[in-house]
Amino acid sequence: MSRNSKDRSSGRAATRGRRRQLGGAAAAAVLASTLAACGGGGGGGSAPVLNWYINPDSGGQAEIAQRCSDASNGAYTIQTSQLPRESSAQREQLVRRLAASDASIDLMSLDPPYIPEFAQAGFLAPVPDDLAERVTEGVVQSSIDSATWDGELVAIPFWANTQLLWYRQSVAEAAGLDMTQPVTWDQLVTAAQEQGKLLSAQGRRAESLVVWLNALVESAGGSIIEENSENPEDIQLGLTSPAAARAAEVMNTVANSGVVGAAFSTSSEDTSATEFEGADAGFMVNWPFVYSRALSAVEAGTLDASVPEDYGWALYPAVDAGQPSAPPFGGIDLGVSAVSQNVELAYQATECITSDENQTYYMTTNGNPASSAAVYDDPEVLEVFPMAPTILESLEAAANRPQTPYYSEVSGAIQREYHPPSSVTPETGERAQALIEAVLSGDQLL
Amino acid sequence: MSTTTLPPTEKTQPVAAPRGTISDRSRAERKLGWLLAGPAFVVMLLVTAYPILQALWYSLFNYRLTDPENRSFRGLGNYAVILSDGLWWQALLVTLFITVVTVVVELVLGFALALVMAKALSSIRPVVRAAILIPYAVITVVSAFAWAFAFRIETGFVNSWFAWLPGITADTDWFGGQWTSLLVICLAEIWKTTPFISLLILAGLAQVPDVLQEAAKVDGATWWQRMWRVTIPNMKAAIMVALLFRTLDAFRIFDSIYIMTAGANGTESVSFLAYRQTIARVEIGLGSAVSVLLFLSVVLIAFIFIKGFRIDLAQARGEG
Repeated sequence: MSRNSKDRSSGRAATRGRRRQLGGAAAAAVLASTLAACGGGGGGGSAPVLNWYINPDSGGQAEIAQRCSDASNGAYTIQTSQLPRESSAQREQLVRRLAASDASIDLMSLDPPYIPEFAQAGFLAPVPDDLAERVTEGVVQSSIDSATWDGELVAIPFWANTQLLWYRQSVAEAAGLDMTQPVTWDQLVTAAQEQGKLLSAQGRRAESLVVWLNALVESAGGSIIEENSENPEDIQLGLTSPAAARAAEVMNTVANSGVVGAAFSTSSEDTSATEFEGADAGFMVNWPFVYSRALSAVEAGTLDASVPEDYGWALYPAVDAGQPSAPPFGGIDLGVSAVSQNVELAYQATECITSDENQTYYMTTNGNPASSAAVYDDPEVLEVFPMAPTILESLEAAANRPQTPYYSEVSGAIQREYHPPSSVTPETGERAQALIEAVLSGDQLL
Repeated sequence: MSTTTLPPTEKTQPVAAPRGTISDRSRAERKLGWLLAGPAFVVMLLVTAYPILQALWYSLFNYRLTDPENRSFRGLGNYAVILSDGLWWQALLVTLFITVVTVVVELVLGFALALVMAKALSSIRPVVRAAILIPYAVITVVSAFAWAFAFRIETGFVNSWFAWLPGITADTDWFGGQWTSLLVICLAEIWKTTPFISLLILAGLAQVPDVLQEAAKVDGATWWQRMWRVTIPNMKAAIMVALLFRTLDAFRIFDSIYIMTAGANGTESVSFLAYRQTIARVEIGLGSAVSVLLFLSVVLIAFIFIKGFRIDLAQARGEG
């Protein structure tokens, strides 16, 4: 209905413009083309177009969109639109669009920590019960948890990421570390010091710092949010717990050990990956992309083939010996917008997108690990990712970051207080906790 | 040697009608002025006054974009929170620091560049002007990336080029501390906007009548004396306009900080603070209050410049 009236009014505007002058005509032309672009989303009699807002990748999601469009036999066509690279920037764009009820969004690739916020604000269409059952079958628990809010599945698990402990086999051997057994952060620091090698982690004031802190707190048996609540003032934080104090201690030890890179306080996942390809590499915590990254560098001729051959992998380091680690969890879940005109079709599409076949394709070509456990038995996956069994094991032990609609506040306050990591002490937790509480009750800026 | 020149005062003073009376010509001019500027003025009011008033209104509420139902009136509470928070004052100090440092350096550099452009041989003048203007044509985000890449340990060349300087080694982490980060941010800003100031000053230089220079030369004034007593006093208005524009611009610094440090290590500016409350935290109320305070700061700066330094923007019209 709005299309017709828009067309008519833009036509009127154009007529008037022509009668007036050149400037008016140009303005009307711009207006008309804008309106035409707006109306284009609805499609003209053929299959409805589903707009999928994706995070940048190596083209995998666009290919999956194509495959699912073809497989739908004309029921729908999926179009992809790319979001910014940083997950915080992705959230910023989606929140603003959804708050303005932008109906051009049907599907979204969502970074899990922001899902509670989207769900709480009513941005996500309810997941049909039968579909919820089907899409969670055989999916690793940490991935289901990431898509759950308030006891209900609010998004569809797509791919699941986790950090591993990467090591240079030569260095671990020289240090006499038995990497088949769980190792602790303290052991890694000592080994790196003895061997004069680097221990790479992410100390930048960014989400990666929260990823690290959360893994340390969870590995020590605590949680950043102990008791959740929809009311920001009732959220119980766990940053003053003994587990958080132990996490701060480990962070401080690593940052001041002399075995981290020179730019540790600004080092990101990419910085770590670069360090780990260098001559001083020893150990690193990072996502699995580092492996395919090294292989591509070898292919491009910028890295010696012996380097990735020296790569070893194990479960994320433990905080205390004898207590298993809780590795970081990442990845992407799919959300369907509540204001989409095609909610039903969009949910149909999520089932296709997250099929085992597409997850296998996505993992082997784009290096993004699957959330479905069955994919890890695929011989093709095992060939491309020799560490697939370790990834699955890590995903099964992984812990999500704190789930709260106020995640960006919690994360922002942690980044402010826990940066630079070399200054972190057990008292940092008290300061961060006080800051988060003051910010959530509106008494302080962030 | 006897050359006849007009007394300088008569040449530079605008010829003005006696106070209180308006000639027919200037009345007609005024009317034409309103007719010409009127439509633009109305459009400007629509696109600037509306958001400003809306921000003013929102700043009185506790309003989160993702939770519109719980919007509640807070009065001046948001302002109290901001003004009692150390973060605001730190951001303000950092912003003032960047503003003062960059504007002062840019003024000196810009003046020198303007002199070069003015004195350059006419055959190479276009080339010199284009070369000086290139940084200003670069988008701020792009320039910020370029400077960030140059100084980062992983991608930069600065550390290896300047390793001979005391305090710089291959491992100097420029973005790891407050002062070094601010230094790079200021450098990027200076590189980027000096051309703007030098253009405005060049226009001012052209306004200084050659006869004055000649007269001073005849009187035996040195180059330095001519600069201080003839050139600069005669282009005070142009300098002040350049300073005003750049100060207002510098006070709103955002891009370089966003790209280089994302506000880490105490490098957050007032604009960045407003961005984080409004866009990142989606706290529209609190963020609007920060924006309103930023707006008031800018108004205050403009007021100080115009009243305090008695800038007469009309003087730039070159009447007389």
